[in-house]
Amino acid sequence: MGKIQLRQVRKSFGDVHVIPGIDLDIEDGEFVVFVGPSGCGKSTLLRLIAGLEDTTSGVIEIDGNDATHLPPAKRGLAMVFQSYALYPHMTVRKNIAFPLKMAGMSPEEQEKRVERAAKVLNLTNYLDRRPGQLSGGQRQRVAIGRAIVREPAAFLFDEPLSNLDAALRVGMRQEISELHQSLKTTMIYVTHDQVEAMTMADKIVVLNAGNIEQVGSPLTLYHTPKNIFVAGFIGSPRMNLIEGPEAAKHNAHTIGIRPEHIGVGDGPWEGVVGLSEHLGSDSFIKVDVPGLGVINVRAAGELNVHHGDRIKLAPTGKIHRFDDKGLAL
Amino acid sequence: MSTQSTRMAARFMVAPSVIVLFIWMIVPLAMTAYFSFRLYRLLSPDRTGWVGFNNYVWFFNSPDFWLALTNTLLLVGGVLVITVVLGILIALLLDQPVKGQGVLRILVIAPFFVMPPVAASIWENLFMHPQNGLFAAIARGFGAQPILFLENYPMPSVIGIVAWEWLPFATLIFVTALQSLSSEQLEAAEMDGASAFNRFRYIILPHLTRAITVVILIQTIFLLGIFGEIFTTTQGGPGSASTTLPYMIFKQAIVAKDIGRAAAGGIIAVILANIVAYFLMRGIGRHLDA
Amino acid sequence: MARAASPRKQLITTLAAWSVALIIFFPVLWMILTSFKTEASAVASPPELLGADWTLDNYAEVWSRSDYPRFFWNSVVISVGSTLLGLAIAIPAAWSMAFVPGKRTKDLLMWMLSTKMMPAVAVMIPIYLLFQWLGIFDTRIGLILALMLMNLPIIIWMLYTYFKEIPGEILEAARMDGASLWNEIVYVLTPMAIPGIASTMLLNVILAWNEAFWTITLTTTKAAPLSAFIASFSAPQGLFYAKLSAASAMAILPILILGWFSQKQLVRGLTFGAVK
Repeated sequence: MGKIQLRQVRKSFGDVHVIPGIDLDIEDGEFVVFVGPSGCGKSTLLRLIAGLEDTTSGVIEIDGNDATHLPPAKRGLAMVFQSYALYPHMTVRKNIAFPLKMAGMSPEEQEKRVERAAKVLNLTNYLDRRPGQLSGGQRQRVAIGRAIVREPAAFLFDEPLSNLDAALRVGMRQEISELHQSLKTTMIYVTHDQVEAMTMADKIVVLNAGNIEQVGSPLTLYHTPKNIFVAGFIGSPRMNLIEGPEAAKHNAHTIGIRPEHIGVGDGPWEGVVGLSEHLGSDSFIKVDVPGLGVINVRAAGELNVHHGDRIKLAPTGKIHRFDDKGLAL
Repeated sequence: MSTQSTRMAARFMVAPSVIVLFIWMIVPLAMTAYFSFRLYRLLSPDRTGWVGFNNYVWFFNSPDFWLALTNTLLLVGGVLVITVVLGILIALLLDQPVKGQGVLRILVIAPFFVMPPVAASIWENLFMHPQNGLFAAIARGFGAQPILFLENYPMPSVIGIVAWEWLPFATLIFVTALQSLSSEQLEAAEMDGASAFNRFRYIILPHLTRAITVVILIQTIFLLGIFGEIFTTTQGGPGSASTTLPYMIFKQAIVAKDIGRAAAGGIIAVILANIVAYFLMRGIGRHLDA
Repeated sequence: MARAASPRKQLITTLAAWSVALIIFFPVLWMILTSFKTEASAVASPPELLGADWTLDNYAEVWSRSDYPRFFWNSVVISVGSTLLGLAIAIPAAWSMAFVPGKRTKDLLMWMLSTKMMPAVAVMIPIYLLFQWLGIFDTRIGLILALMLMNLPIIIWMLYTYFKEIPGEILEAARMDGASLWNEIVYVLTPMAIPGIASTMLLNVILAWNEAFWTITLTTTKAAPLSAFIASFSAPQGLFYAKLSAASAMAILPILILGWFSQKQLVRGLTFGAVK
């Protein structure tokens, strides 16, 4: 089981209120991603759940029991750190067995569980190496192995992929997703990368300045962002936000149109192409439209426009409307 | 960044060190302070009593005191200057691609293994002795009069001996610090047209700031209490020419057997050490960050 | 510096470096040479080198005249004992300061170092009286305590700098893995810090071995280590140079050999962990 509930959880460092007060329910078996810009308090929130930091006030419940004042080891959670935090002086085998040893498990049982975890993670051939002799991806797997052998109520991941190169990151992302499919254990995953959030999460929690901006499934957040912050944060390239007369036409203070919801060819807007990037599968262009500013456009396939071309644009998909407080209308 | 319970544990674990060091500092200090206001002479044990500041007054009125104070600062300052300057020069030399680095390093650090009484007696007898010392033999070889090091130049001689003992430490720190200087920085400076001197002045020297700080801090800690080298070589003489504050206190306690006066001197020395420590921490403590 | 120097330049720097190193080392070398000469040869003028009378008699005589093994054993017990005791107290303290730093951690560290600035002579009488009163005067336990306290600030400071290089996340990982504070220190921190701890140990054994003030003040015979042994050979007045040299060599050789065999840790230790 791994149901985690936060009730009015607050955290201050001196006068700095990192987390002014958060309520959140995480259901058993869910893959929840905390996402937000750096300094938004997402890592602090994870560390509060882990028990590595004290809450200033509020209650953290794990499976219905008050865990607010339990030490980390007693919460039944496992954590994968950004730097992997492997024990450099121990072999992979000993690294993975360490939490079991601390729990006082018999050596035979330890060995059995380590072998099983190693098999799942393709580490069987590396069990007698030390972390220093492994590649980044392998270290990452050892860190995950150390977490899964304990059969925790929930896994906590603190930006686990940020130290890997781009290619490896995609691979590990899929491996973690598959792991979640097979284990069906609650996972809480912290990242600043919205692509990771969108691809992995059952539920995304968007954080900004210590507050939850919105909670929802990836597609809910994509289609119906609650406010400008979420609208701007989810989606790549960023949503175009337009103020002024154009927005007033739609009876809003600001309107937002995703780059993939703009068509090139004919339309009401005309501008000059600035930057154009052609990837083959997609084309990204920036168009300077007088009165609207620079508009990002994403078109599938090849698009034969280049720097300096004069083109016309038209909105083809949903137009998001926001009021003067930035809230969706 | 931690929980209440780890902070509690941290306080609990640092406590033994703080407590034992505090006792080690405060008990003898309190006793010394007490003695410093008492008449306490081992040669006349029946005469005791409070004497107010008399012991202190004696110290301040003694011409030896100001000489000892000067000598103490001279010793600390002299050794610091010699070891820092020579240490940097030797470190620059050892940092070059030189054959036999390992053996060289062993030779250079050897003086650090020599206990102070041995170091002092080697220099006093085998080198500085006016009849049998090596220096005298060399002087005679050139047809000159042997120099009476400990008689005519007691302070420079003591400073030289102590500097020899501490040179390996300074050199080693500088060598280690130089090794962490990226050669790319120096090459970039060379591309920018910096001369060898300017490279030293603007790249190497700033890089060594922290190392110099460490050398000054640690050596000062040890140098303020230098005693054995003087005891073995000059005994503070001739006259009081090489008497430092610690040695003057020692003479009051052991030779004159006046514990009260020695204690007053001890308190003065402690105050002096604290003044030096204060300026040291204020002046260079900030370089210790990072 | 990675660049290859010209052979000529390399020859010059090599020669210069070797000359400097030999000059620094020369006093020790000369002492060791003298220890193998007869007394007459030791004070001969001009100094004799190749033509000297070589002998081992000085060592034999020093050995027979004093109880060298006892002094030696006292030195070993006192320097190793005070270092181990110091480490036991310092490791938890350094853990606290490195991983749970507070606003006053730096001040605390500086205060600890400043206790070392107090001139030993200034508190000699009280310490002497206290040791008499506690019944630990001229005992190895007493000296172990005194030298431990004397070096404790240095030990804490060195360990603190080494511990700070260890990422805190690894200790947090151990905490998440269910390790108690004790297990965290025993299974994770200490093994990771072994090189630093070894350097600290080595340096403090040397500092304790070479300590001469307290060892002479606080002992008479029973617990006297080699630094006291050598003091009894001082002031030879001319005719005992060779024997003085032999005794000196016997006092410093154990630590010189230890140092040469553990050069790597020692070099690290000699920098007090303060520079990288």
